Amino acid sequence: MSARTLFDKIWDQHVVVPETEDTPAVFYIDLHLIHEVTTPQAFSMLRDKGLPVRRPDLTLATMDHSTPTTPVKTIKDLEIVGPNAQAQILQMEKNCRDFGIDLLGFDSDSRGIVHVIGPELGATQPGKTIVCGDSHTSTHGAFGAFAFGIGTTEIGHVLATQCLLQRKPKTLAVNVDGELPDGVTAKDLILAIIGQIGVNGGTGHVIEYRGSAIEKLSMEARMTICNMSIEAGARAGMIAPDETTFDYLQGRPRSPSGTDWDEAVTRWRALRGDDGAHFDKEVTIDASGLQPMVTFGTNPGMVVGINEPVPDTANDANFDKALRYMQVDAGKPLLDKAVDIVFVGSCTNSRLSDLELTASILKGNKVADGVRMLIVPGSQQVKRQAEAAGLDKIFTDAGAEWRESGCSMCLGMNGDTVPSGQLSVSTSNRNFEGRQGIGARTVLASPATAAAAAIAGRIVDPRVFLRSPV
Amino acid sequence: MANKTITSRTVVLPSNDIDTDQIIPARYLTTTTREGLGDGLFRDLRFDSDNKPIEDFPLNTPDAIGAEVLVAGNNFGCGSSREHAPWALLDYGIRVVISTEIADIFRNNSLKNGLLPVIVDAGTHRWLIDNPGAEISVDIAATTLTLPNGKSVSYPIDAFARFCLLEGTDQLGYLQSNLDAIERFEEQRSWTP
Repeated sequence: MSARTLFDKIWDQHVVVPETEDTPAVFYIDLHLIHEVTTPQAFSMLRDKGLPVRRPDLTLATMDHSTPTTPVKTIKDLEIVGPNAQAQILQMEKNCRDFGIDLLGFDSDSRGIVHVIGPELGATQPGKTIVCGDSHTSTHGAFGAFAFGIGTTEIGHVLATQCLLQRKPKTLAVNVDGELPDGVTAKDLILAIIGQIGVNGGTGHVIEYRGSAIEKLSMEARMTICNMSIEAGARAGMIAPDETTFDYLQGRPRSPSGTDWDEAVTRWRALRGDDGAHFDKEVTIDASGLQPMVTFGTNPGMVVGINEPVPDTANDANFDKALRYMQVDAGKPLLDKAVDIVFVGSCTNSRLSDLELTASILKGNKVADGVRMLIVPGSQQVKRQAEAAGLDKIFTDAGAEWRESGCSMCLGMNGDTVPSGQLSVSTSNRNFEGRQGIGARTVLASPATAAAAAIAGRIVDPRVFLRSPV
Repeated sequence: MANKTITSRTVVLPSNDIDTDQIIPARYLTTTTREGLGDGLFRDLRFDSDNKPIEDFPLNTPDAIGAEVLVAGNNFGCGSSREHAPWALLDYGIRVVISTEIADIFRNNSLKNGLLPVIVDAGTHRWLIDNPGAEISVDIAATTLTLPNGKSVSYPIDAFARFCLLEGTDQLGYLQSNLDAIERFEEQRSWTP
């Protein structure tokens, strides 16, 4: 057999019926993650056709998108999100009950953002195919899984058959060599990669991130990288599993245990691309030359180093429109721009290490007058871990708001929104027009840059605040 | 059998990288049905903060009434997996979206709902952008787009998606016809998830 990439190997293991010119492959799904926003219409379809969920045991449900980030103890506490979101949440409970699916809901210690809890529970594993009605499903590729977002019709297909109809995507190798400088994080790296290849640079492709800089990253940092693969248009992003991956997974509730563990690790070790395996495209980036990155426009590819000027591209109507919306000047860095809101959270940057980094900068400082800072942990488990480490005290002492887990201000579905015209420095993944609220102006950045902006009340180089983690 | 040809005037949104948050803002996603989403289509581009239509937005101009073909700038539909985006376009009356590039998930979602994503070359795209309101024909069986001057260009479409659009085939039905193979796969694989 010819040399195969990591992706090729996982693809081959999941083809039930091979593709032909006339028909796509019938492709098997090992783990189906579901949440309240993109599933109701799929369950309605099952009811209309009288179909059961074929493999509830391979389906994991939680609620994150339209949920409040204030405590929910009774149904009355749901009113804060409004009648529609409330109805959607209640419908999710009913759907999971009716179809026999485990729901990690408000009564569960394991509830959280779907892309945070999958790995945290050990449900996300190397070699699996993982889908969810959410484009940031690419996150799970950090474990050497093939994980991608699907629409509601396809959710129905997986619920009913555990399979999808798929054409094999192309492959793109992103090689990252060199070492990330101090104060430059995985978030800065992925923003730089998107800046280099563009928001459509990965369309039709699965990215494999490789190279010495990637191998050195923690699992949480790898998740941040793979999470934003979709922002480059890619179908999925993945990283070959290694000791870092196995160490992370060992002992988690849904990880294999005993002899099953040894067997799994043996299988997972084979999930590396063969020498000489062919990629359809390849790009290389040197991590050692990077600085903290900030977006200046209205998509994640419009990004510069924090000390670099916003590019001046005369006569590009789209570019000018984005700068006008953002109230940003070409030819000048974003430094010193006044900040209204700082959001630390989302499936990109809401894990414990993100909160530790935020706390290391906030400790002993105050959020600047007139700035609102919202810190939303990725899961209830992350929340408990942060509180056990005393991070919540550092946050609230600094004047930040500390919340329950959820997607929150990343997409503003649950009432946590940025008011029109205000500038938000956000650790989330999308700076689209109106994403965080009608007229909201979003600057994407790392948790370090976000925390530094909160203290200074303006955009600053976070490296002036850096010290060792708390 | 579905209608094989769509003939309509175009409405043009020349911006590049129109994302799914612009197509339908997240606050419209709290619904549990797929009906009525046209109301949220391009909501924050069509209406100002007082809920008044923005007159010069292309969909609000008199020429756009009844147009079934949307011509958009490069890289249409990037962003989230929300199928609400094609549902909103269809509910509004759009049946064809034309660009030089269309994001993967949006394209998949569109084809599952009978919204036709059409990729054209840069030259044809430039002409369509520069000539809003042009009457064009999109033939699904022949996979061609015909301009008012009679010139036809072909566009790529997956053979199976084209077949399903023409025959009205339910893709879930096709998957279900493979259930024996799926069961065999589950029994024979060397490891279980």
